[in-house]
Parts: sequence; structure tokens; C-alpha cells
Amino acid sequence: MAKATNTELIDLLGEKFGEQLFDVSEPYGLLTFSTTKDKVIDVLSFLKENGRINFNFLTDITAVHYPEKEQIAVVYHLHSMVSGIRVRLKVFLHENDPKIASATVLWNGANWMERETYDFFGVKFEGHPDLRRILNMDDLGVHPMLKQYPLEDPNRVDKKDEYFGR
Amino acid sequence: MSNNQPVYTDNDPQSELVTLNLGPTHPATHGVFQNVLQMDGERIVSGVSTIGYIHRAFEKIAEHRPFYQITPLTDRLNYCSSPINNMGWHMTVEKLLNIQIPKRVDYLRVIIMELSRIADHIICNTIIAQDTGATTTFLYLFQYREHIYEIFEEICGARLTTNIGRIGGLERDFNEVAFAKINKFLKEFPAALKEFESLLNRNRIFIDRTKGVAEVTADTALSYSWTGPLLRATGIDYDVRVSEPYSSYQDFDFEIPVGTSGDIFDRYLVRNEEMWQSVRIIEQAMEKLKSEPKGIFHADVPDFYLPGKEQVYNNMEALIYHFKIVMGEIDAPKAEVYHAVEGGNGELGFYLINDGGRSPYRLHFRRPSFINYQMYAKMSEGMLLSDAIINMSSMNIIAGELDA
Repeated sequence: MAKATNTELIDLLGEKFGEQLFDVSEPYGLLTFSTTKDKVIDVLSFLKENGRINFNFLTDITAVHYPEKEQIAVVYHLHSMVSGIRVRLKVFLHENDPKIASATVLWNGANWMERETYDFFGVKFEGHPDLRRILNMDDLGVHPMLKQYPLEDPNRVDKKDEYFGR
Repeated sequence: MSNNQPVYTDNDPQSELVTLNLGPTHPATHGVFQNVLQMDGERIVSGVSTIGYIHRAFEKIAEHRPFYQITPLTDRLNYCSSPINNMGWHMTVEKLLNIQIPKRVDYLRVIIMELSRIADHIICNTIIAQDTGATTTFLYLFQYREHIYEIFEEICGARLTTNIGRIGGLERDFNEVAFAKINKFLKEFPAALKEFESLLNRNRIFIDRTKGVAEVTADTALSYSWTGPLLRATGIDYDVRVSEPYSSYQDFDFEIPVGTSGDIFDRYLVRNEEMWQSVRIIEQAMEKLKSEPKGIFHADVPDFYLPGKEQVYNNMEALIYHFKIVMGEIDAPKAEVYHAVEGGNGELGFYLINDGGRSPYRLHFRRPSFINYQMYAKMSEGMLLSDAIINMSSMNIIAGELDA
């Protein structure tokens, strides 16, 4: 079987999902596209179960916070070991109410990845069997990777960024 | 058990089960992580893993540091094979900047990475043996890890947290002593590894303790996103060095060992065979270096490669470049990049988003220990405590990589 390529993948996904996939790009050869939060499980399961492309391996789930757009992007990296190619799927959520369906129905490995994303960004994965904090203490109260939380205590006077040209 | 919260049987006088806290600090876990186990005699009924005891917020810190100040953070992920992490990070930045690396630099890097893979596998395999009661093998092979650290010391001055290399290459060329030490290692290590194998591979007690214990099918391993020796022990020949070659791994002739049942014995055998293959790769790299022009140890990228100290102290331009690089003043493309390397425990990925600022907008580490470990509590159900201990050793969970 010939290996699937990015162009073929774009055609296949375009045929199936049409307008529901957008922002398609290929930074450094890695096919990247976005979808809406309603469609995410459909897209992921299509990628996983389609025999031609076979993205059966979930490499990673993480998130990125864009405060000026008031958005949190949940980023999935999938890998097709058969074709040896990767894709990156992004879903943009509003930062006030970041809720998305859990991928644990497709991969057991999504469990801790989603717990980590919840812990650091506050993204609520609906249908997750055990959505608790994982690395931070349970009573931390904030989701520390959000951009509004500074790295260090802002009241310190000895380490002002301006002294360091930052 | 409800909602996976630890249940303490002390509250229930009727219960026959005993709660056992394995960790956070326990000599057999080889790291700081806790498992709250419900025990029925020697058998584990259920368990809950609690992690995060040494979480250091590397991803948050990385958002405030220029590229070079992130290298020491990567050291402290899997601290048993820091050079692989350092190289993986530098290669991520090189991919972002589209830097072409000279072949000789690639080969020098391959030597360092394979040496650290051997060091990593030595730790894991000797500790499996140690936890089954075979102390000799541990003491015997562990001295070669020391020899590897001496080589690192010769190359970069540090042993454990190496901070090795630069964006674009290495800080300095290997000196004569380093080459001599590598040659000595290549000469002596195979005999020791062979002896190590002859002590364990057909050892009845060792086989009884490891064979058929903690078996994992390929489907389960894939579903849990396992990578590295653990995945290969289940029979899937996935190795980043072959599937997406970096640092000229395509120039080398080596094999990917796979197991069949995914049990502890297979994991042990896979790691042993990988050490043999690593030796083979280093030998080939030493051979290839002979035909490469001497003295090249970095690419020509003055914008990102730190100038030598000699130059910085005596030359105005070098001083300016040094300052600009250290302060993160030089523009990198606004882009996002994912780069993976084959670490000691599996696919170590770096997801970098650069927005043109001094430091990454977002940097995420795909840490194999973190992802591999999530199955541990589930695997332990129904297992004997003593088997669960070797299972943990054979997964080679490194607390630094687990918690980041």
C-alpha cells in the first residue's frame, strides 16, 4: 500500500468534512487544521478509524492560551505509524467557558493528557472519567499556565523586568 | 472504589483490605511518586497513582526564558539521559530556524545520544535485576555508566545535567582524550554487556520473576500511547530514529529489536539489544568521522550559535552577538514546530510556538515517562506487590520526566 501524503489527506478530509475544517496549513511539513468543538470527536474518530490514513496513535494533547483573542486552543497531535505522517488538530474555545468532549472514548492514553490540560488551563473535558488535577496541588485554585498569571510574585521589587531589558 | 479517590480502609473496621502507601519516598520506587494500593494480603486489589511531587513548572518558566536558558530545563527532564533532551531541544530550534547541520556535527551528536541511551538502559536493566534480588549485575555493569559520564565530562565539563551543545552544533570539538575514552569504552563495554547477559538471560530465577509478568498487548500499548522500549516489547517496531530520522540517523545501519508479549522479560531483552545496536551505531559513527573534514563542530549560524569565550572577551562584534543571543534579541520566525527524538523511554517531543518574542510563546514537552506511567495503577490490579515493584523498574519511570 502506498503511503498516504498530506495532499491526499487534505482531499480526503475536505470530501468528508468540507467547511467544518478550516485554517489548513503545513508548517514544517506537519499538516495543521482546525475544527469546531462540536465536530472534534467526529474528526478524531474519522482520522483514527479510516483504513486509508489510519491515525491510530495519539501523540499528545495540550492547550495554548491566547488572551488577546480571548481563546484557548486545545491542540491534538496524531500520528499514523502506517504512513509515518503526523497531523495537528486545533480546536479554539472561548476562555470563559472552555468545554470540549473528551477523547478518552477513543484512546485510553488521553486520560492523563487531558487531566494535565485541565490542571494547567482549566479546559473541562466532558465525559472524562476522572477529571482531577494531576501535577498541581488540589487546592491551588487557579490554572497556572493561563497567561494572566505571572511567573513570579509581581510585588517583588528586586527582579523588575526593566532592569534586565525585558 | 468511587471516582478513583484513594480509599483508606482504616475508617472501615469490617474491611479485610489493607491500604498501603507505596511512596512518595520508597527505596523500591527509585523516584518520588506515590501509589495508594488496596492490598488483599500480598495481592494488589486496586491502586491510585498520585504524581506531581517534584513538579517544577518548566513549561511556565520556558515562556519567560530565551532559547539558551531553556536547555538547562531540559536537562532535568529525564536526568538519566540529559544529552538526548538537550539535543532534542536544540534540534527543535534548528528546525524552526531551518539551519542545515554539517554531517560531522550530526555524527558527533549521534555518538553522544547513543552513549546516553546506553547509560539510560544500563540504569533500567540493572535495576530490574537489582529488584529481583540480583545485586551483582547492578554493581557490575554500573561502572560503565560512570565511564560514559567521564566521556561527557570530557566533552562538556558536566556529568549528569550536561547542558551539552549549542543551537547549530556543539560548544567545542571532541578532544583527543574524549576520542580515546570512547574507543576504550567501545572496546571494553561489549564484553561486560555479554557477561551481564550471561548472568541473567538464562537465569532460572530471573526468568521466573519476569516472564509472563505484566504482559501488555500491542493494542493496549497503542491505546495508552506508549512509545519506546515498552511499545517495542509488545511487538511494534516504532522508533523515531527510523520513522522520522533526525541528526542523520538514516546514514546508519542498525536494527530495531522487538518483543512479542510485552512482559518484563521482553522489555529487558529489548533494552539489552538496543544497547548492542547503540554500540554498533557509535562504531559506525567513529568510522564515518574519519572521512569528514576535521575541526567542524558547528554550523555557520552566528545569529544563534554563541561565540567562543576567547572571542567574546577580545572582539567587539563577538561580544555584541553574545549579548544579543543571551538576551534573546535576535528574531526567530513566527511559527509552530513539533520535533520528536527517541529518548531513553520513548518519543520525547517538543511542541514550540514562537511569536517573535524573546522567549517561546508556548513550549510543551511530550514526556514519555508521563504518558507511559498512566497505565501503571491499572496494570497492577491483581498483581503481587513484588511483581508490581519490578514492573515499575522495567517501565523506567524517571520522576523528573514524569512531573516536568
